[in-house]
Amino acid sequence: MIKTSSKVLVKGNEAIAQAALNAGCKCYFGYPITPQSEIGEFMSRKMPELGRTFVPAESELASISMVIGAGTTGTKAMTSSSSCGIALMQEALSAMVCAEVPGVIISVMRGGPGLGNIAPAQGDYFQAVKGGGNGDYKVVVLAPATVQEAVNLTYRAFHLSMKYRTPVILLADGILGQMMEPVEFGEYPYEEIDTSAWALSGAKNRKPRFLVSLHMQEGEMEAITNRIFEKHDLIAKNETTYEAYQTEDADLIITAFGTVARVAKAAVKKAREKGMKAGLFRPVTLVPFPDEALHNAAKSAKMVLDIEMNKGQMLVDVRSAVFGAAPVEFYGRPAGGLITLEDIYGQIEKRLG
Amino acid sequence: MDTSIIISGYGGQGLLFAGSLLCHAAMIEGKQTTWIPSYGAEMRGGAANCSVHISDDEVSSPIVNMSDVVFALNQPSEDKFEKRVKPGGLFIVNSSMAKIERKRADIEYIFIPMNEIAAQKPEPVFINVMAVGAFIEKTGILKESSVKEALKSMMSGKKAHLLDANLASFDYGAEFIKDFARV
Repeated sequence: MIKTSSKVLVKGNEAIAQAALNAGCKCYFGYPITPQSEIGEFMSRKMPELGRTFVPAESELASISMVIGAGTTGTKAMTSSSSCGIALMQEALSAMVCAEVPGVIISVMRGGPGLGNIAPAQGDYFQAVKGGGNGDYKVVVLAPATVQEAVNLTYRAFHLSMKYRTPVILLADGILGQMMEPVEFGEYPYEEIDTSAWALSGAKNRKPRFLVSLHMQEGEMEAITNRIFEKHDLIAKNETTYEAYQTEDADLIITAFGTVARVAKAAVKKAREKGMKAGLFRPVTLVPFPDEALHNAAKSAKMVLDIEMNKGQMLVDVRSAVFGAAPVEFYGRPAGGLITLEDIYGQIEKRLG
Repeated sequence: MDTSIIISGYGGQGLLFAGSLLCHAAMIEGKQTTWIPSYGAEMRGGAANCSVHISDDEVSSPIVNMSDVVFALNQPSEDKFEKRVKPGGLFIVNSSMAKIERKRADIEYIFIPMNEIAAQKPEPVFINVMAVGAFIEKTGILKESSVKEALKSMMSGKKAHLLDANLASFDYGAEFIKDFARV
C-alpha cells in the first residue's frame, strides 16, 4: 500500500482487508483461491501484529464454520473466498441465518460454472442473492463498483451484520479485487453494537443461552422464520441503497451492478453527449433489492436494458421490480467475456440511435 | 482526457512497479487513475503486463483493450501488443530484447536499447523506471517532479537505499529522448 496524504493507492482485495481491520474484525478464517488471495495474505501479516486471530483453514467449509463459532460470541469475524469456494459455504449460511449469527463473507467472483477460470465474471449473483442453502432464508448482499466503495461497504457489512445478527456477503468481481485505485479509508463510521443480550459469553451468573438452527417443537420453526423475515422487511425499509444516474428523463434505463455499472455509466455519458437519453440504475444493495425505486424509475422510461457479466441473473430481479412498467431486455457475456464501453454504447445506439 | 497505458515484459523486469509508479504520480497530481495486472494464465509466455489509466474524469473500466501507449520490454510483448496500440498511439520498445521492426505506419515507434544503456552506467539501472522516464519526457503527461516524488515515497524504509539509483534510471530514460530529439 502506498500513501499520499489522505489518499492511498491500493488493490481492491487489500482495501477490503484493511477496511475489515478498521471495522474491528477480530478473526479471519480463510483458504486461498484466486482472485481474492491477497485478502488472506494481508490478514496473515496484519492480524497477528494486532494481536487478533488469523487461521488458515483446511477448507472453505472449515472457514465459514469458524466464522459461526466466533460470531456466536458476538465477535466480528470474516472469511473470504471465490465462486467454487463460496459454493461450499451455502449450508453454513442457511444455519447462520436460522441461528441469527453475524459474520462477513467476502465473495470475489471468478468465471464458472465448475472450477471455471479466474477471469472476472458476475456469475455468482444467484449464489449470493438466492443462495444454495436450504429453507426460507436470505442474507444481506452488498455490491461495490469502485475500490472506494469496496472500503465503504466493508464497513457497512460489519455494521449490518452486527446490527441485524445476519451474515452479510460483499459481492465483488476479479476486476475489483485485482485493480488499484486511490481511496480514503477514514475511520470506521458506525457505532459499536451491544451484543450482551444474546452473545454466548459464558453462563456465569446467568442462565445458559443457546444459538441453534434446530427447532423441533411444534410451531417453533414457523415463528422463527416469520421473525427472521420481519427482520428482513426492516432491513429493506432502512438499508436499501442504489445509485440513479440520469434516470429522470431517460428513454432507456440500463440496470447493472458492480464493475459493469461503472463502464455503463461512461457509456451513458457518451450517449448523452450524442443526444441519446440513456440513464443508469445501479443497485448497491442486491439484498435488499431496490424494487420500488427501480419500478418508479422504469415508469417514465421506454425500455430497461439489464447488462451483466453473466447469462442473465439480476435480470430476474429487474423484471420482477419493473413488473410491466417497461419492456426489459438483456445483454451479457459470461465467464471472463469482458464488457467494454464500446459494447454498451453500441447496445444503447442500437436501441436509441 | 484519458490516457491508457499497457506495460508488458517478463516477470522480474519491474513492469508492475512501473505501472504503479505512474498511477501513484497521477494520484499526486490529483488525477483519476487505475491499475490492473494480468493474472493467472495470462502471465505465461513472457508477456506479463499491467494496464493503467490516467484521466481527468472518472475511469470507467481499468481494463485496456486498445491502448494509447504500450511499453514492450521484450520480444513476446512486442509481438503481442503491437496490434493493440491505438492508431496515432505510441509504442515504446526495449530494443535490447526485441527486434527493431515497424509493421505499422499509423503509430509512433520509439526503440530504446534499455539493457545496453543500463550496462554502460556506473550504478545499477532499472529499465522499468528508465522506460517511465523516457515516456514522461516524450509525452509530458505527468510532471517529472510528481514521478520523482512518487519514487521517493515508494522507495522508503527498507528500500530507501535504492532511491538514488531509481532517480538516476528515470533521468537516463529522459536523456535518451532528449538526445533522440537532437539527432
